[in-house]
Amino acid sequence: MKEERKKRLIRLAIWTWSWVATLAVATFGPKYIWEENTFWTTLAIGLNLVNGVLMISANRSLFNHYDELERKIHLETMGLTLGLTVVTGLSYSLLDQTNLISSNAEISFLVMFISITYLVTLMINRKRYL
Amino acid sequence: MKNRVHGLRKQRKLTQEQLGEIIGVSRQTINAIEKEKFDPSLPTAFKMAKLFQLPIEEFFFFEEDK
Repeated sequence: MKEERKKRLIRLAIWTWSWVATLAVATFGPKYIWEENTFWTTLAIGLNLVNGVLMISANRSLFNHYDELERKIHLETMGLTLGLTVVTGLSYSLLDQTNLISSNAEISFLVMFISITYLVTLMINRKRYL
Repeated sequence: MKNRVHGLRKQRKLTQEQLGEIIGVSRQTINAIEKEKFDPSLPTAFKMAKLFQLPIEEFFFFEEDK
């Protein structure tokens, strides 16, 4: 059981890191590597998308290997993270639209918010059950 | 829900890790069940019943919420 878990975790780590790498290439490549060439930009974005789908598949495979308590912990964590992200994200967007904040509402802030919320909620839930 | 999984496991000289291996859950899940922080699913309860050779109601005790 532990060996199988390790295998699936490593697979997820590999796909996650390669997704981050392809995202970086797709983001900075047009400006610094291939001088806005449309073909290479489309290819880089396509590659990033395919890599992202494989990362989700690896995540699903790991999730399917969780036992019932781990699933409960992660599902509660995901639910809370989703709710908080929708509410906070929309408030943040409204702040931008109404010009109450000087900076633009960037998607990267939302991604950071999701990561931190997931991490904190997961720690709280683990403490609750384990 | 109250249970006497801890006592039954000790009687059979099993560690939490070993019991988890047999019924297909992690050691942490066995620990959470024993501490009554988590109620297992019906399939897990049946696997335990088979292992302990006891009916489920002999080691899980349902209590209505007050």
